[in-house]
Amino acid sequence: MHKVMIQLKNVVKNFENQEVVKSINLDVYEGEFLTLLGASGCGKTTTLRMIAGFEEVTEGEIYLDQENMAGKPPYARNVNTVFQTYALFPHMNVYDNIAFGLVEKKMPKKEIKEKVSQALEMVQLQGFEKRRPSQMSGGQKQRVAIARALVNNPKVLLLDEPLGALDLKLRKQMQVELKHLQQKLGITFLYVTHDQEEALTMSDRIAVMNHGRIEQIGSAQEIYEHPASRFVADFIGESNILEGYVTSIDEPYMTVSFEFGQIDHLPSSGYVKEEMLYVSIRPENVRYSTEPVPDFQLQGIIKEHIYAGSAIRTIAELPNSQEIKITNHPEQTLPEPGSSVYLYWNKDKTVLLHTAGDKLYDLIEDAVLK
Amino acid sequence: MKKRKKQHTIGPLSTLYACLVYLFLYLPIIMVIIYSFNTKDNNIVFEGFSLEGYRSLLHNSALLDSFWMTVKLAVVSTFISVVLGTLATIGLHRYQFRLKGLINSLLYIPIVIPELIIGVASLATFTILGFDMGFATLVIAHVTFCLPFVIVNIRARIAGFDPAIEEAAMDLGATRLHTLRRVTIPMLVPGIISGALISITLSLDDLVISSFVYGRDITFPIKVYGMVRGKVTTDVYALSTLMILGTVLIYSTAQLIQKRLVKERT
Amino acid sequence: MKAIKPVNKHRNLLPITCMVGPTGLWLLFFLLFPLAYVFVISVMTRSFYGGVQWVFSLESYQSLVDSKYLAIIWRSIVMAFQTSVICLIVAYPFAYLLSKMRPVMKGFCILFVMLPFWINGLIRLDGWANIIRDSGLINTILMRLGIISRPITMLKTNGAVLFGMVYTFLPYMILPLQTSLSKIDPSLIEASHDLGAGKFRTFVRVIFPLTLPGIFSGTIQVFIPSLGAFYIADMMGDNKPFLGNLIKNLFQGDRNWPAGAALSVILILFTLAALKLYSKIGNMDDLA
Repeated sequence: MHKVMIQLKNVVKNFENQEVVKSINLDVYEGEFLTLLGASGCGKTTTLRMIAGFEEVTEGEIYLDQENMAGKPPYARNVNTVFQTYALFPHMNVYDNIAFGLVEKKMPKKEIKEKVSQALEMVQLQGFEKRRPSQMSGGQKQRVAIARALVNNPKVLLLDEPLGALDLKLRKQMQVELKHLQQKLGITFLYVTHDQEEALTMSDRIAVMNHGRIEQIGSAQEIYEHPASRFVADFIGESNILEGYVTSIDEPYMTVSFEFGQIDHLPSSGYVKEEMLYVSIRPENVRYSTEPVPDFQLQGIIKEHIYAGSAIRTIAELPNSQEIKITNHPEQTLPEPGSSVYLYWNKDKTVLLHTAGDKLYDLIEDAVLK
Repeated sequence: MKKRKKQHTIGPLSTLYACLVYLFLYLPIIMVIIYSFNTKDNNIVFEGFSLEGYRSLLHNSALLDSFWMTVKLAVVSTFISVVLGTLATIGLHRYQFRLKGLINSLLYIPIVIPELIIGVASLATFTILGFDMGFATLVIAHVTFCLPFVIVNIRARIAGFDPAIEEAAMDLGATRLHTLRRVTIPMLVPGIISGALISITLSLDDLVISSFVYGRDITFPIKVYGMVRGKVTTDVYALSTLMILGTVLIYSTAQLIQKRLVKERT
Repeated sequence: MKAIKPVNKHRNLLPITCMVGPTGLWLLFFLLFPLAYVFVISVMTRSFYGGVQWVFSLESYQSLVDSKYLAIIWRSIVMAFQTSVICLIVAYPFAYLLSKMRPVMKGFCILFVMLPFWINGLIRLDGWANIIRDSGLINTILMRLGIISRPITMLKTNGAVLFGMVYTFLPYMILPLQTSLSKIDPSLIEASHDLGAGKFRTFVRVIFPLTLPGIFSGTIQVFIPSLGAFYIADMMGDNKPFLGNLIKNLFQGDRNWPAGAALSVILILFTLAALKLYSKIGNMDDLA
């Protein structure tokens, strides 16, 4: 295994008695592209800012390459940040912007010149030295911001929603470029975004954050295919989540019942009889048939088909009004809306999630009990 | 994002109205220029073109002294106001502290209160403190009056700042002091210039405050005030005309510089 | 995203002291203290030789009820009110025109409103005095044309003071009005038209209410300073004193400091009240 570049130990951050980050533990390995993914307000940016030194930790420790960062101001940390707003110095041209950190290090002029031109080449902006930030497009500014940070050869590059202000097409292009750059340079990237697609395409590992906690950490595939909680299943991609309970266990199988219907022969490991659980299934895995299907007693009525270019999205409704989203191949023949169908799927694609400890579930339960 | 604005053609009636307002503002200035070329020391009737006023100005050392005193006063009080004001604006913008509210409210008082009150309050205070009235007391009173205007102007500039820019400087290894010197203050320069211009304007023009604390150092407005009830001499008009010329020159240069800076720094 | 400022008080104490300290002390010593001192003087006794006797008394405030003072105060308030109203009426259409202009043109026009500030106000007033005096431009022309046989007295009248006030303070009304008119999003006006309001109704129901902060700011900047501008009455008036002349005179001529201070305190309180009121309506920085 690579060595640990950043280590967060029980890091807590409070703003005016409000816990924004709640005891985070995280190891980021050398050369890794790790993304903190979450909705706005989940604490991801605050976590990044604590690593950069803009915010002090309330509790816990942050180590950068085994060194405790406690009390160190931003300028004494060998990490650099790419800001969402670029934060280029408006009164300096591109050259002076990129040279800023090197000048602070009191590097000889000749060396600075060399490094800046290398950095410009790296982000493909040769010849832009004399330009002012105000004379550049968003994409170009972003490249300058990246060059300005990377030229200092940081141990870790922190990126705070760096592509958030760009339009979709440019964003996709920059995603690829950034990923290539990271692979080429081998620098550790810690990336913050709320865009799950961006996270899935770029990252070696993703840490999904929610309410100041890391809900799950793993590769894109792990997180997509085996979400560890209802939040992750819901947040990453789309999921149909059914709430059910275990009616009978016949090792290694069990039967899960819902308000309307049931599924037999689901793997029973880890579950006990009468336990509540979530059954989660991706829309692209849901199938339907006009004939009954073994193990699945799940009937729905086709409500509508929505044409979405590369796919057709179908909504089916269960008797309790819960909607099941289904993604179809556009060439498939579709049943008329209003017709009754049997829903089923490949059981290997089923994700079973415990309700215990699930916040959302606790909330619902509280409400019901009241 | 820029809003698409409908191109309004301004009608003849509106143009006429605007011209009348400008005539109202500029007619007396034109009169001053015309009278500066009057032959006699007589502001009542224009008797013919001559440069006598300008010639006699060269020999009127009391008038010239008062002019230099005014310029010196404006430059010194503006310098102090800009230095204090720049630091204060940054501090007030960046930090939260207990007395911030008080300082902020105090700032608006000189902007709105009749200058007369600052004049009498300064007079009373300097008297009890035993200050010798003169240039120093003029400077103190003028800074008190100009400082808030400088701060408000710089603040208009700082309010639009992306806080991430200062963080970026620190992130790139600049200490707080370096950040101030290399990033914050340079970015404020357009606001500092417009604040300084306003401060100079206020100070050059001030009669009311100065009239209470000038002691023996007579400024140009005080000199003029002494004359207006009797007879304003042609050399005063000549000096004013030269000041108008200087003003236009200074102002247009300053505007040019500022425009370029704003363009670069936004 | 978030602009969360670090709140570590101890670490910030030094930079705060260095940066805000000098200005804070300056305002304390040369603004707050003097204003407070004026208040103290106002509740002291007038000394016979023109100084202040450090004996508490409210006699200066009682003396304000003197009909001579009351008449002056009333005259000044009427004058300030008239000045504000005329400035508002003259400035509003002009500011409206400015706000309709293209940015470059607008910049120039605003510059030309401010430019006269750079020329001494007394000299400019004197320019007007030369135009309207008995032997001035207007009378000369009218007499040469044979329209009048004897000059019309315009200078040294109450009307001339009002004219001088309007002349001096008009830009202070134009600028805030322009600012608040320019801030109006054009789509609001389009929306109003779209919802069936004509031009006049749009003005009454949309534009005017949105410019209230500007109107208030302009009025403060005209009304309050005009109460203290003694030199305008000196130059244009018929020797009748206004509040400014009175205060100046009490401090410099008659040397009745407590009475002058009492009048000043009233002006200070008046200013503070206006500021307090304005802080609820508009942005304080727009006042400058």
